[in-house]
Amino acid sequence: MNGRPSNGVPILRLGDVLVTGLLNELDDKSAVAFTDELTTRISTDGARGVLVDISRLEIIDSFVARTLMELTTMARLLGARVIVAGMRPPVAITLVELGLQLDGVETALNAELGMAALGWYQSAQPPQGGGRDTDR
Amino acid sequence: MTRTGELASTTTVREADQHHGADSPAAPSRHPVRTEEDLLSVRHAVRAATLSAGFSIIDQTRVVTAASELARNAYIHGGGGTLAIDHLTRHGTAGLRLTIRDDGPGISDLDRAFTDGFTTGAGLGHGLGGARRLMDEFEVHSEPGAGTTVIAVRWASR
Repeated sequence: MNGRPSNGVPILRLGDVLVTGLLNELDDKSAVAFTDELTTRISTDGARGVLVDISRLEIIDSFVARTLMELTTMARLLGARVIVAGMRPPVAITLVELGLQLDGVETALNAELGMAALGWYQSAQPPQGGGRDTDR
Repeated sequence: MTRTGELASTTTVREADQHHGADSPAAPSRHPVRTEEDLLSVRHAVRAATLSAGFSIIDQTRVVTAASELARNAYIHGGGGTLAIDHLTRHGTAGLRLTIRDDGPGISDLDRAFTDGFTTGAGLGHGLGGARRLMDEFEVHSEPGAGTTVIAVRWASR
């Protein structure tokens, strides 16, 4: 239980941004474990941004909504900004009807736009070949 | 949290007691809600039922979300229970009826339980009222000490 990769939800680091996502099959215990692991990683990796991709979530009920809100608050207390990206349109409609607005949770249409908001830009050209960096 | 002692006033909501003589084209199914894993199984079963009833993706999402809220209520507040899924038809429109039953302490103040933000558990307090908004028909039968039954129907929108 104290092994690092909890519940098969990978948390990748790209510079000072952590990239992760929620799976549809997330149960309550896994959600709590995920929040714990993510806050630990923000601290140990010195992350300043977190992208949480939720494009796989077929529903968000009040428990998952609460998880996202708590995770966002915990990250903010640690100095990191969370962006929740890729919510499916039916999920957005249902959330509003449920009465949940995910207050305080920043969102992006998809992971790419979320990463851009966290300061990652897609370069116009493919990256230059390794080891040939020049100052220009 | 605040479990007020208004147990004297028995809260029994009884709207239409029976449903409009709907016949069942598909077999009803009944699922236990006893463990956290059951919460996932219930979602799968309800999703499958919405698919076989021909619900739109938005209606599928509404019904599965409502089922998830209600099953969680039964699991957390009711100490576990069952969820039954019935297929309905009315004037050629498909519908689904979810019946969630638990043997928990019951709900002593239904009006408050429907209020957004009211919670005695780990959620956001939007479970019951939110689930009601996601469904077309919604009844709660509850008496303190005698458990709670929620009956919720959604018809396929056209």
